[in-house]
Amino acid sequence: MNEGTGIRDYDWWLVTIIFAICGIGLLEIWSATHASHLAGMHWKQAWWIAMGFGFMLLLSRLDYHSVLDKAPILYVIGIIALLAVLVAGNTRYGAKRWLPVMGEFLQVSELAKLIIIVSLARFFAEVRTERLSVADLCKAAVLITVPIGLILLQPDLGTAMVLIPVVLVGAYLAGIQWKHAAVMVLAAALMVPIGWHHLKPYQKERVTTFLRPEEDPKGSGYQILQSKIAVGSGGFWGKGLGHGSQNQLGFVPVRYSDFILAALAEELGFAGVFVTLVLYTALLLRLIQNAQHAKDRAGMFLVMNVRLRRFVN
Amino acid sequence: MRLTVISYTIVGLMALLLLGFWKLQIVNSDRYTQLAERNRVRSIPIIAPRGAMLDRYGRVIVDNYPSFSVLLLRDDPQQVERLLPQIADGLSLTLDDIRQQLDSAKALAHFQPIVIKPEATPGDIAFIESHRADIPVLEMLMVHRRRYPRGGFMAHVSGYVGEVSSDQIEESGGRNRPGDIVGKAGLERQYNDHLMGVDGMRRSVVNNVGREVGRLEQTDAVPGKPIRLTIDYDLQLVAEEALVGKKGAVVAVDPRTGEVVAMASQPSYDPNDFAIRISKEEWQALNEDPERPLLDRAIQAQLAPGSVFKILMSTAMLESKAVPADYHVFCPGSAQFYGRVFHDWEAKGHGDVNLHKAIVHSCDVFFYNLGKQLGIDRISFYAGNLGLGHKTGVDLPGEEPGVMPSEAWKQRVFHQKWYPGETISVAIGQGAIAVTPIQIAYMVGGIVNGGRFHQPHLLLSDKPAPEIDFPISDSTVDTVTEGMYGVVNEPGGTAGASRLPGIELCGKTGSAQVISEQGLKRVGKRAELKDTAWFVGFAPRQNPEIIVSVLVQGGGHGGVAAAPIARAIVKAYYDKKQGKIPPQQLTTQAVPPGIPPSFAADTARNNKTDAEAEEAVPMKPEPVSAAPQSTPPVTLNP
Repeated sequence: MNEGTGIRDYDWWLVTIIFAICGIGLLEIWSATHASHLAGMHWKQAWWIAMGFGFMLLLSRLDYHSVLDKAPILYVIGIIALLAVLVAGNTRYGAKRWLPVMGEFLQVSELAKLIIIVSLARFFAEVRTERLSVADLCKAAVLITVPIGLILLQPDLGTAMVLIPVVLVGAYLAGIQWKHAAVMVLAAALMVPIGWHHLKPYQKERVTTFLRPEEDPKGSGYQILQSKIAVGSGGFWGKGLGHGSQNQLGFVPVRYSDFILAALAEELGFAGVFVTLVLYTALLLRLIQNAQHAKDRAGMFLVMNVRLRRFVN
Repeated sequence: MRLTVISYTIVGLMALLLLGFWKLQIVNSDRYTQLAERNRVRSIPIIAPRGAMLDRYGRVIVDNYPSFSVLLLRDDPQQVERLLPQIADGLSLTLDDIRQQLDSAKALAHFQPIVIKPEATPGDIAFIESHRADIPVLEMLMVHRRRYPRGGFMAHVSGYVGEVSSDQIEESGGRNRPGDIVGKAGLERQYNDHLMGVDGMRRSVVNNVGREVGRLEQTDAVPGKPIRLTIDYDLQLVAEEALVGKKGAVVAVDPRTGEVVAMASQPSYDPNDFAIRISKEEWQALNEDPERPLLDRAIQAQLAPGSVFKILMSTAMLESKAVPADYHVFCPGSAQFYGRVFHDWEAKGHGDVNLHKAIVHSCDVFFYNLGKQLGIDRISFYAGNLGLGHKTGVDLPGEEPGVMPSEAWKQRVFHQKWYPGETISVAIGQGAIAVTPIQIAYMVGGIVNGGRFHQPHLLLSDKPAPEIDFPISDSTVDTVTEGMYGVVNEPGGTAGASRLPGIELCGKTGSAQVISEQGLKRVGKRAELKDTAWFVGFAPRQNPEIIVSVLVQGGGHGGVAAAPIARAIVKAYYDKKQGKIPPQQLTTQAVPPGIPPSFAADTARNNKTDAEAEEAVPMKPEPVSAAPQSTPPVTLNP
């Protein structure tokens, strides 16, 4: 990853794995939507993949250090964007999450996630110590609390929750001390009831149904239960592409994105799930390997967190 | 180092994730496969029409009409909940009503739709059709609604249908399923398995909003088979008309075969009320009505027979030969037995009385003495063999056995000794004895037939009905018959007013007290305490063709209240036989055209129901009636 990256410098293993995963994703999106009004969505997805790949090539031409240099500016831009969405954002499904940009709606918190990661990487890289001090920890906390707080205000509990492992892994890699970690965990545990109290009813419901979907199988637990039925009915070999009844008849909710794994599990069975998860594991392990070879800690953070985020999604 | 830890953590988490998928997809796969199947397949029943009920000449008495029920699909409770106000508004139901029905169906599986409105009006149908897109939870189900004659005509014989009870499901051994419409009373219940068809089923693939996207298979319904009754509609009509406004029953039987040609009970109820859905209040009102309209008095009223019992006493006397055939007593108007005075209904007495005169004038004193001579156990022996004290076996559910007392009976039931004085009362059909109208018809039919008892039945059959023989000598039959001929045709006979010129109508009256003379004085004369009027008649004198048993509760004297009803039926029987009146023409519509206004104009509620029923068929489908020509009526061996 030096200046003037050549073809051979790319990690072709990584690229292969990514393409395999994208391929499976495309296939399942096609299967899940080809017979519905969403037909053609896989072309859209393919287009996005191509764009993403182009973007990746472009980025790889860039030294990530220059990106890191601009982290404070990016951070400020991110905060402004989050504020803007609160003030002028589009309200959909009862939450202000979208900013109209060039005819498309941009979900600002998605962008903010990336910026938070970059900023964290920059911050931890600058600390340059094996043992994080309390002061550093506090600074890091402030750094991430502001954007997370703004995201929560939208409200977008989901995105905020996704950021938690990012922060945890970041802190772990930065060399957090065990006693600090213990204190933080304790504090977080104490915060849970207070936070719970401030949740909106539908948010509470979402958490409880996630934990116990069977309690209200036709109500709020519907999506989770239907997905479980889809997964379970797939069996070992699955029902075949385009033949999953749960998927094709629309019982699996948002089967083309959030619940695509359920759709895949129904149609391709345990075998399909196995292949997919192995691919993901390979991807992650490969990335970690790359991170170990990264020249500095900031690079390691970037690699780890960007990929980690993908996985959690 | 820390990165290595993270690597292992990732591998560990992935393994856990895979384990989770393994559990779902391999271990519990069957369960989820089932759930998925249940999700995608919706079964809508295709209701089989019940078989019609035809009279002995094939005239339709009970049939069906097509109607639509509104089904509510409950797969998505949230959606249902959201749409409820709109649904309630569109179907003119109250929210509470729908909620109540949803509540009561809670135990049913979610994928089973429930009927929220059993009779859809044209407006309802238009509403559902025009809101298919935005109210996808409503569906229409074609049903065949039972149509009975109005105003309770023959209601106790036909019975009624209703939703199957859990007891009946168990009884049927899996044939009936929850929600099925089955016979609940009368012939509907008796021949339910024959009348009821087998529902079909349409299995279709539905998507997540319940819209049909494909059809898997369809099993057509097998219609129920019609039954042909022994009832003669013309005679039934006469019987029903004669009973209007009274409390009682009529049973007319052909003693040669046991075929019941007319059977009526009043007060009655309208089975059409049950055919849709009877409300709890209506049901309660029917059940708690002091007039007890649900009681089929023809087979369930157990009352003292009064003097009608003297037919049995006469037969017992002649057959047992306990006293000589020319046995006679002097009747001064009362007699004393075991230190108690027993009155004759005729206070001035009948003078010297032999058996013939005792029957004709219904002399009590003669039979008091005869009872004393025979003794309770001999009376009981003949009563038992001549059809009293046990069910006749008529093919209707709920028949009562009546009571025929004996020494052993009293010991068994009351743990008391029989007092000889009680025999004196029983001898004139009072006291502990109780009979049903059908038993009286059965008994007299057997006696005048020389002891051949044909089981009474309502289902017309080529095969003869089961027969019990208890041979009675010709001389006994002649003597009893002559006595009964005298009751109607001799001067001073108790049913002299019911004489039919040119027809040899024979009979016996009865007027049974429901309360003792002393008791009556105490509480005062009240209508419900008036005597039970009985009459049993037959014609002709030789080889009788028709027996009519009539009960009028609180009617007073049998000769006045009951005999004219029997006379009217016998007259109609002969008029018809001699071609004087043409038979009523009945079409497939079950509403008899010749029905008297008293049946047609029952209550405003009935009229409304009928009006709705007519309106409910806007697209004029084929009149669904099990017409005799399409499916030949099948008769069962009762």
